[in-house]
Amino acid sequence: MIPALETIGLKKSFGALPVANDINFRLAPGARHALIGPNGAGKTTFINLITGRLEPSAGEIKLGGAEITRLSQSGRVKRGLGRTFQINTLFKGLSVLENVTMAVSERHGAGGDMFRFAGSRRDLVEEAYDLLERLRLGNDALLPVKELPYGKQRLVEIAIALGLRPSVLLLDEPAAGVPSAETEIILNVIENLPGDIAVLIIEHDMDLVFRFAKKITVLVQGAVLVEGTPAEIAADARVREVYLGEHSHG
Amino acid sequence: MIFKRPSSSDSAPSDSAVEQMVRSHRLRPLELLPWIVVVGAYFVFPEYLPLGSQILIMILFAISLDLILGYAGIITLGHSALFGVGAYAAGIYALHVTGEPLSGLVVAAVAAGIVGFVSGLVILRTHGLTLLMLTLAITFLIAELANKAGFITGGADGLQGIAMQEIFGQFRFDMFGRTAYVYSAVVLFLVWLFARLLVHSPFGRSLTGIRENVTRMHAIGTPVRKRLVTVYTISAMLAGLAGGLLTHTTQFVGLSVLSFERSGEIVIMLILGGIGRLYGAFVGAAVYMIAQDELAKADPVFWYFWIGLLLVLIVMFARGGILGLVDQALRLVRRKP
Ligand SMILES: Nc1ncnc2c1ncn2[C@@H]1O[C@H](COP(=O)(O)OP(=O)(O)OP(=O)(O)O)[C@@H](O)[C@H]1O
Ligand SMILES: [Mg+2]
Repeated sequence: MIPALETIGLKKSFGALPVANDINFRLAPGARHALIGPNGAGKTTFINLITGRLEPSAGEIKLGGAEITRLSQSGRVKRGLGRTFQINTLFKGLSVLENVTMAVSERHGAGGDMFRFAGSRRDLVEEAYDLLERLRLGNDALLPVKELPYGKQRLVEIAIALGLRPSVLLLDEPAAGVPSAETEIILNVIENLPGDIAVLIIEHDMDLVFRFAKKITVLVQGAVLVEGTPAEIAADARVREVYLGEHSHG
Repeated sequence: MIFKRPSSSDSAPSDSAVEQMVRSHRLRPLELLPWIVVVGAYFVFPEYLPLGSQILIMILFAISLDLILGYAGIITLGHSALFGVGAYAAGIYALHVTGEPLSGLVVAAVAAGIVGFVSGLVILRTHGLTLLMLTLAITFLIAELANKAGFITGGADGLQGIAMQEIFGQFRFDMFGRTAYVYSAVVLFLVWLFARLLVHSPFGRSLTGIRENVTRMHAIGTPVRKRLVTVYTISAMLAGLAGGLLTHTTQFVGLSVLSFERSGEIVIMLILGGIGRLYGAFVGAAVYMIAQDELAKADPVFWYFWIGLLLVLIVMFARGGILGLVDQALRLVRRKP
């Protein structure tokens, strides 16, 4: 089976610091896959390499079997790659509905239209609104994003990515910074993502990881330490060492 | 669960949210106010029409700047380069080809558009301070070029002896500036219609998105640089149009059209009126030009003192400019009852 996403020998370093060290990785179609690892392991960097925000120094990236290593960020999105950010990356001054409509418009190739009013594409606005309603954000549609509580802003992050109808979705710590009382809402959204989307989630909260993921990859110092089912990872001595080691330092 | 539409919920808020956004571009009555003033001024202040034309041209220039500065967030101090190229192109065309004005405007817009496109391809790879410096550098380059190429630009003496023909072969540029005023007003009106469509179009919304969060725009698949080069070129064409209008209405082009001061001045006008709101250009240019006309009569040096003071106040207390203050006042009034 062709993986939804694959990296082959992916490398990147910041100066002398290697942050992606020969990463070979496969994300199966429809996967529920988690990427874990200590702070600074290079998880976000890995996502930035996949999406084209960063350029690898070596290696290949394939999306649905096609090589995308040299493709622009927008080219990759057009081919079905969607992401969210660890730190909210939203149009803060715009309404929730506008945030999502922006993504929906781009997906429909309407983002560059200059000889019609944006409002004349009611279909796009409605599609964005439907998405918000499904995420229980319908009542906040007209609020500027910056006026939303942080937890809801995290949902907008996800809503924007879903507006792209991605085939591969990369979630970078979707519940980061959210008070624990509200993480359940976000987890609920993630658990109910359409089954045909291949999802890679970066997450520190192990409860969340074990609840969601069918497969886990552990990244340490830019290299894959081990990969396996949640049960295998939980039983792995090296993984324990990494996490315990981190605890004894911190 | 989440992905099934909640069927029981009432659809009232949905309709109003979608409805509001779909209607956001509808013309509000207040948007016609500038045009009432433009038409009214023609009859009420006939002796001020030359100043009036200058104001209209500066409004057009400020609108062109607003598209890139206010909407796309491109900070530039080189907009006079594009204005100047338009002014010179119109002047050279009138002197050497024909004094027919409308084709002259096209020439001005196209010339400035080409310069905008080519320079945009280079400078829009950068951002922040580098971009700002590059816009300045290009202005200096072009100004020096115009200065040195005296055989075609007239150098420091400028382009003299420009004789414009009648507009449509009908309307002669009269000594009272009536034709010039109406001519500028009509061009500005058409540009306003276009700019208004542009900022409310998906393209215009995406510019706002780029200004608000360029990282996110990349992540939703926007070809960011292409959008920026496009709007920069459009803005250049409009700036060139403004420059061409200045040439046609004053029948002279001097090096000052390319000056750094002019770039700074137009930024000040826009900030004064309020950036990223289309109408800031109208308010800012009008207030600045009228105040300059009044205050500079008394003491030109002192004028810069007042402008400096005004800028400090605006930047510190009213980031939205005059229109931002009006907005705040209106909100206060509405909250009262
Ligand atoms: N643009 C950059 N320039 C230089 N170093 C960077 C850059 N981005 C990240 N780093 C460094 O690369 C390493 C990996 O960072 P990265 O953000 O990928 O880690 P992470 O696994 O996502 O960590 P966290 O769990 O804290 O989010 C860190 O040491 C970080 O300081
Ligand atoms: Mg990270």
